[in-house]
Amino acid sequence: MSDAPMTEAVEAGDTFAGAVVDYSADKQAFHVPWGKAMMWIFLLSDTFIFSTFLIGYMTVRMSVQDPWPLTSEVFALSMGGEPIPLLLIAIMTFILITSSGTMAMAVNMGYRKEKEKTFWLMVATAVLGASFVGMQMFEWTKLIVDEGVRPWYNPMGAAQFGSAFFMITGFHGLHVTGGVIYLLVVAFRVKNGFYERRGNNYEIVEIAGLYWHFVDLVWVFIFAFFYLW
Amino acid sequence: MSGSEQNQHPLSIYYSVWILLFVVSGFSYAVDYYQLQGTLRWTLILIFMFVKAYFITAIFMHMTWERKALQLAILLPPIFVAVFIGLMAIEGDYTFLTRVEFFTESDFVPVYHNSGAEH
Repeated sequence: MSDAPMTEAVEAGDTFAGAVVDYSADKQAFHVPWGKAMMWIFLLSDTFIFSTFLIGYMTVRMSVQDPWPLTSEVFALSMGGEPIPLLLIAIMTFILITSSGTMAMAVNMGYRKEKEKTFWLMVATAVLGASFVGMQMFEWTKLIVDEGVRPWYNPMGAAQFGSAFFMITGFHGLHVTGGVIYLLVVAFRVKNGFYERRGNNYEIVEIAGLYWHFVDLVWVFIFAFFYLW
Repeated sequence: MSGSEQNQHPLSIYYSVWILLFVVSGFSYAVDYYQLQGTLRWTLILIFMFVKAYFITAIFMHMTWERKALQLAILLPPIFVAVFIGLMAIEGDYTFLTRVEFFTESDFVPVYHNSGAEH
């Protein structure tokens, strides 16, 4: 190893050889700020949590004998008398994607030290996230009050539909709610110069952004497996 | 690659990915709207899902610009999830057949249990 000169790619950590060098260097393995590394590791653990929920959902859905409700009809929204399938869920999806876009731009503006723009883009992200949660509350209310779905009972067929639905979307909604609070805290600290006084470092905006994009990522999977499948 | 120099890429890449995510989500929704069924439906749902997941992780979460060491640490462990999915698919199938066998009132018997011998 010692007599082989390191290529540029290895030094930049771009290749598998570079990864081996990083891991075996007897020093810090990940060349990123510790907060970012820890956020990634947290998100990996969160990936496993959501995976187990979705796998549990798959297992019960495969094993029930009662019919599974048609999500396309259950989550339809009436527009002028005509029910449009899955409309509310589609709107929620587009809102979450838009919020991911504004977050990505907030991260970019943070690195350009554009405090004002970063603040407003993060607030926009939080507002979109809050409206997502609002729509989810509307959806839950509709299902609980109008349709009579419970975690242990479902008048449209398999009882497991209720437990899977409340468990999965509830945990995701909790993540969105936590994310909105997290984003607002960081946004106001950006505005009042908290990070300016700490070395003018806006890495935290990217870390908060990672969390927010992850929430969007989880929704991509929930949308595919729970609502569309 | 890490640090601040990676974050100076132009905003245009974010706009492109943003539009792409919108369009692909539209496709996903169209799969349901036009009520495609069967293998075609599941294939399209999975393709659109993975396209969206890839672009969110790679571009929005900056994974493409991270060093290989971090990429491997985060992207390899989810392989275990695939193993888990396989195991639980077998389990779900088994539970279903057991319920059919013991909890069904009708005299329906799965065909492959009925090969010749007295049941």
